[in-house]
Amino acid sequence: MSYLTLLVIAGTSLLGAVAGILGSFAVLRRRALVGDLLSHAALPGLCLAFLVLGGRQFAGMLVGALLTGLAGVALIALLTHWTRTKEDAALGIVLSTFFGAGIMLSSIIQNMPEGGSKAGLESYIYGQAAGMIRQDVYLIAAVSAASLLVVLLFYKEFKLLSFDRGFARAQGWPTLALDMTMMGTLTLITVIGLPAVGVVLMAAMLILPGATARFWTERLDRMLLLSGVIGGLTGSLGTAISSGLLKAWLGFDPFAFGDSDANFPTGPTIVLCGTAIFLFSVLFAPQRGVLGRLWGDLRLRLKTADENLLRTVFEQSEGSDGGARAPVSLEQLLEHRAWSRSRAAWLVRRAAARGLLQDAPGGVSLTAAGLAEAQRLVRAHRLWELFLIEGADIAPDHVDRDADSIEHLLTPELIELLEARLADRGRLQPAAEQVPASPHAISTPGQQATGAGGSAHV
Amino acid sequence: MRAPPLEIHDMTVAYHRKPVLWDIDLIVPEGKLVGILGPNGAGKSTLIKAVLGLVPLASGRVEFYGQPYARQRHLVGYVPQRESVDWDFPVNALDVVTMGTYSRLGWFRRPGQAERTKALECLEQVGMGAFARRQIRQLSGGQQQRVFLARALAQDAQLYFMDEPFAGVDAATEQAIVALLQTLRSNGKTVVVVHHDLQTVKQYFDHVILVNMRLVEAGPTQTTYTPENLSKTFGGRLTILEEAAEAVRKGG
Repeated sequence: MSYLTLLVIAGTSLLGAVAGILGSFAVLRRRALVGDLLSHAALPGLCLAFLVLGGRQFAGMLVGALLTGLAGVALIALLTHWTRTKEDAALGIVLSTFFGAGIMLSSIIQNMPEGGSKAGLESYIYGQAAGMIRQDVYLIAAVSAASLLVVLLFYKEFKLLSFDRGFARAQGWPTLALDMTMMGTLTLITVIGLPAVGVVLMAAMLILPGATARFWTERLDRMLLLSGVIGGLTGSLGTAISSGLLKAWLGFDPFAFGDSDANFPTGPTIVLCGTAIFLFSVLFAPQRGVLGRLWGDLRLRLKTADENLLRTVFEQSEGSDGGARAPVSLEQLLEHRAWSRSRAAWLVRRAAARGLLQDAPGGVSLTAAGLAEAQRLVRAHRLWELFLIEGADIAPDHVDRDADSIEHLLTPELIELLEARLADRGRLQPAAEQVPASPHAISTPGQQATGAGGSAHV
Repeated sequence: MRAPPLEIHDMTVAYHRKPVLWDIDLIVPEGKLVGILGPNGAGKSTLIKAVLGLVPLASGRVEFYGQPYARQRHLVGYVPQRESVDWDFPVNALDVVTMGTYSRLGWFRRPGQAERTKALECLEQVGMGAFARRQIRQLSGGQQQRVFLARALAQDAQLYFMDEPFAGVDAATEQAIVALLQTLRSNGKTVVVVHHDLQTVKQYFDHVILVNMRLVEAGPTQTTYTPENLSKTFGGRLTILEEAAEAVRKGG
């Protein structure tokens, strides 16, 4: 690995880490687009500084970019406050106006006669990390350290400001000054990052790590830490890929298309790496991820089907001679549930394997454990039905389906509350150990299914 | 004699130049539970926000125990409306309540064991001790409201402002809030509550403030919460005030 590559990797990963941490606050405050605005609005400042200073002086251009970036933010505040322009419209207008002005200024610079040092400006638009020199990395390191210090010092204040600005103000915190500090630091990082990833892609470096980290944690401190790690990883990974380092390590080029041996520009590669990590998190994060949620839904549906099976077996054998343990046939089950035969058979096998159902002459019957479980379910179901009829004045033939969907979710506390309510109204013996009778007709083996009672659904 | 917890002189509040509260004069007595009542859009929440400096005053003066707010903040606790924050924010209930101790900590100092213990006590006081480590999105509406109340308790104030604490809460939370209000009163605190349920006013509050863009009446519930005052507050549209406010907004 060459020294130059190492330098660039150090620069981009530092940048990614700090941009990620500060960007997290912007994400949490629903100000994700502010990064976009800042980077676009920085362009005219860079150009103006170039024109005024007559050359590429990094510090001067930084100040220029900071000033126009903050001017953009202020302009949006003014626009929304004094005219009836909404914030998103104002943001769009200011962003493109400043960017347009920046492009025009840069074309003026391009056409200037003494254009030896002008080449630097283009890199601000598209980014050119490979052009990073040692001084740039020092600057990035210094700004990163300062920004981290700001976050460390004001962690408590930023947390309060981001969560509840009104409360912060009532407590006497200077919310405007804190906000300016936060946004100023964000601007600083944005401007520092422009030469590496460019105007358009800088916003992604601010937003992606925070949005990604949010998928994995419910704590602010961990989210900031994680977004720093993700941002740093993104930066170094993107740089490694675009500089051909990955190719060198692997011994082949995983991104080779046909015969092309093109190197990708660093900025877009970094951003796409960030997107890849983001997508991975969207899919695989345990609680907030899509797969985790689908898995939860699936488990609930399976639980619902399992429980409906037990309740149906219980209800079908309830009135019969053998008591609650009389056998129920598969046909009977199919009459009352919209299950295919194979699905019903599979559910029965599942319940048998769990020791809740057992084979009996002419069908299946509840085991002792199955009976206890079924009683609990039927109880919840009927308590809820009773409550809907008595407490919410809902017609008896409407309640079965409502109860069907909620019985699987009723917590023990809620059931206790229901019992207390119904006992208050004298609808339930206080010692309601037994299952209350169904408040509506249940169609039993001989009858047609009537009304909603015993209607078939999962 | 000690100055009253809150004294408002001729306060007018405007949003975008349109006045929403006109010429309020008001004294809140010490050690009472005070309800602010009025129809929707009457400026109940605005009244609270204005005295706390969250909304600029167009004119007037507000004093807390005889001093301007900036000098008395440490005596004042605040419970904002529950909808005013993003409950998906990555913090747990204990974190939120700990925020009540921030102003006492001052700049840069992080909350430590003492603050967390204090916060946990406050959570327990509202019956939420078991939920300290729960992410706030996973709490029910009533539980979130109680977290907000606990945060105000952690401020250790003398005078509390609560913006619609009873809005959309379950019966258990309503009872918890009422019990808390009574505890606060018996500890000599003053509590000003924006309230919307007229049926419970007599039960909950010693003192009422009736507003509808202006102060209709303020005084002990016994003598002030009368049908005549209620119809002055809720009945009849205040067309003249409203039209005047509109004219001011237009700059006409």
